Amino acid sequence: MNPVLTEQLLLLPDYLQGHLALTFAALGAGIALSVPLGVIAARSPRIRHPLLAVVSMIQTVPGLAILALVVALLGGQIGFVPAFIALTLYSMLPIMRNTVSGLEGVPSDVVEAARGIGLSPRQRLWKVELPLALPVVVAGIRTAAVWTVGMATLSTLVGASSLGNYIFIGIQTRNLTAVTVGSLAAAGLAIVLDALIGSLQWIAEKRAVGVAMRDLKRSTAFAAALSVLFSLALVLTLRPEPKPDFVVGGKPFTEQYILASLLTEQLEAQGLRVEQNIGMGSDIIFEAIGAGTVDLYVEYSGTIWGSYMRREGNPGRDEINRVTQRFVSEQGLNPLGLAGFQNRYALAMSRERAAQLGVSSVQDLEPLAAMLQAGGDLEFFGRSEWQRLQRLYGLDFAQELTFDAALMYTAVEAGQVDVISAYSTDGRVAAYDLLLLDDPREALLSYDALFLASAAASEDERVAAAIAPLLGAISDEAMRAANKMVDVDGRPVAEAVAYLRASLN
Amino acid sequence: MIELLHVKKSFDDGASFAVADTSLSIARGELLALIGESGSGKTTTLKMINRLEDPSDGKILVAGRDVLDQNPQELRRNIGYVFQGVGLFPHHSVARNVAAVPELLGWSRIDIEARCREVCDLVGLPFDDYAQRIPSELSGGQQQRVGVARALAARPDVLLMDEPFGALDPITRAGLQEEFRRIQQELGLTVVMVTHDMTEAMLMADRVAVMLGGELLQVGTASELLNRPAHPYVTQLMEMPRRRAERLDALMREEG
Repeated sequence: MNPVLTEQLLLLPDYLQGHLALTFAALGAGIALSVPLGVIAARSPRIRHPLLAVVSMIQTVPGLAILALVVALLGGQIGFVPAFIALTLYSMLPIMRNTVSGLEGVPSDVVEAARGIGLSPRQRLWKVELPLALPVVVAGIRTAAVWTVGMATLSTLVGASSLGNYIFIGIQTRNLTAVTVGSLAAAGLAIVLDALIGSLQWIAEKRAVGVAMRDLKRSTAFAAALSVLFSLALVLTLRPEPKPDFVVGGKPFTEQYILASLLTEQLEAQGLRVEQNIGMGSDIIFEAIGAGTVDLYVEYSGTIWGSYMRREGNPGRDEINRVTQRFVSEQGLNPLGLAGFQNRYALAMSRERAAQLGVSSVQDLEPLAAMLQAGGDLEFFGRSEWQRLQRLYGLDFAQELTFDAALMYTAVEAGQVDVISAYSTDGRVAAYDLLLLDDPREALLSYDALFLASAAASEDERVAAAIAPLLGAISDEAMRAANKMVDVDGRPVAEAVAYLRASLN
Repeated sequence: MIELLHVKKSFDDGASFAVADTSLSIARGELLALIGESGSGKTTTLKMINRLEDPSDGKILVAGRDVLDQNPQELRRNIGYVFQGVGLFPHHSVARNVAAVPELLGWSRIDIEARCREVCDLVGLPFDDYAQRIPSELSGGQQQRVGVARALAARPDVLLMDEPFGALDPITRAGLQEEFRRIQQELGLTVVMVTHDMTEAMLMADRVAVMLGGELLQVGTASELLNRPAHPYVTQLMEMPRRRAERLDALMREEG
């Protein structure tokens, strides 16, 4: 089989397990909350409107924003819990709305008869109203299930493992195989759940119109068999895994995936059990290592300086390394040492365009900026480095466009923008033959790669032994070549790791 | 058996009265028809007897006990209730529908089954043929028979009926009216039946109570209402059956 596909399929049990656990937990909690709330709402119009309005509003907030808000509300906690809460909130609207309309759809003469012959309100609900509303309620659960499966892919971004890992990592590493595997798996899961709940809905409908159970035996047996199969599969995928000794983390871009795999291999060579949790944003991963939910990852000095310490100015590479390592130590983390390469921002142009305009340094851009389009990644134009760059060189571009990193490179290659905020070790710099412009006034920060360990990991000698051969051993060129293998040539991450290992200084 | 003493009902805190100062007494074993147009207060009056509505003022006694002193659910379980909508539980079989009240009262399974068999046979639905059917498989007339069986299942002494035969076609209706009257007399049931059909009231009821705009105009036997109407509205009500009878009489003479 295609090695790229094999590599991806090996990840399926882990990702599927995470996805199923999230989906079922959220759906279960969603049902447990929404059905009772729906009952209350159906009983009291005064509560119904505000309640449904709030739940509808939650639904209109983009899923990603809900995840981010929940993480913030939980004080930066990442992983299963915030994803679970966000998914639960998201699943509530269809279930609650259908519970209300299901109850309202119960024929009024049946309700009157139930009152007239002496059923208490509680008995009316359990014996008459809920059984008759059940098909509509189940239809709501069915909708919620499909939504939840879809939205669970986003939970990758808050550090909860799911089929979304395939999709997000695949997009970043331009690995279409991974994106396809993840999308198909998520779609398949949604279809299976939809069919399963659909058959339950069918049975509930038949029961509500009173088809005697004897006529339903075959379909009931069918649904039961499906449920048993599904639960079995669930139990198999959810079997408890041995707890890892350490968790290696990574941010959502290729270089981080390669380094996380390299770190994992190094630790495993020391006999440690390692779990990878990759795809977290900068702020989230830094919180996670502080909380000990991530034990080891590669951070960049410039990110610590600018993002975590919120420092302005550029005191130079050595000073930044000194100050940031002291800062992380004060946070209770352990800087284990530098990797040797820098992945810094650098303005880049296509070599052809640069020659045409006679540009080789940022300084040369000053008189031309008003005619040029600049492209940046999702955060570049919001960073203080950008402001410093504008100030020190007097740059005022005609337009500033924000892109996903992968698209930013294709935009500069296609000539849609003239200058981009490239990353110095990005494989695409070489692949697209881009010129990195000099920065004589040192507006841009240095970004030395730094191995960062949690308190627990730094106490383990085997971690130190695993990291030792990597310290100062990875050159800019080697890292860039490894990134290019994955990003541009579409090779599996494992191959890039092997290459990097072979080119250690 | 049932006493209404100066009963009033207002749905708007006394600004207007759906039922105004009504007193009425129904004897054990009597079938009383409450007749009037929609909005006359007849259904409200009926519903106050089993506390589907509570009176704003006055007193209602059933078997000598004030209904307001009783738990509404327990009260309703001891009073049969039949209405135009029938309201059978669509998700339950005929047997389970009929068994609903005895189940609520906690009867034993054996007693419940024996009683269901008895009342189904009584209303003309042989138990063995109908017990496992579901409401949607039955005709309108059969559904109302199940409705009556359900109301009778727990052996109530009192039965309240709200236009019970109103939704049925004329032939089915006539058959059920006659059959119900037989059952009522056989069991000695005290019945209050709301109707807007004077012919139905005259054929079935021992006495007829006429209501208009929340007022009880006259209570009496059909012949009293016909011969000594106490109010122009009563005269007007009797006009239709009277003319029908005259026309029928004339037709029969032609043939003879």
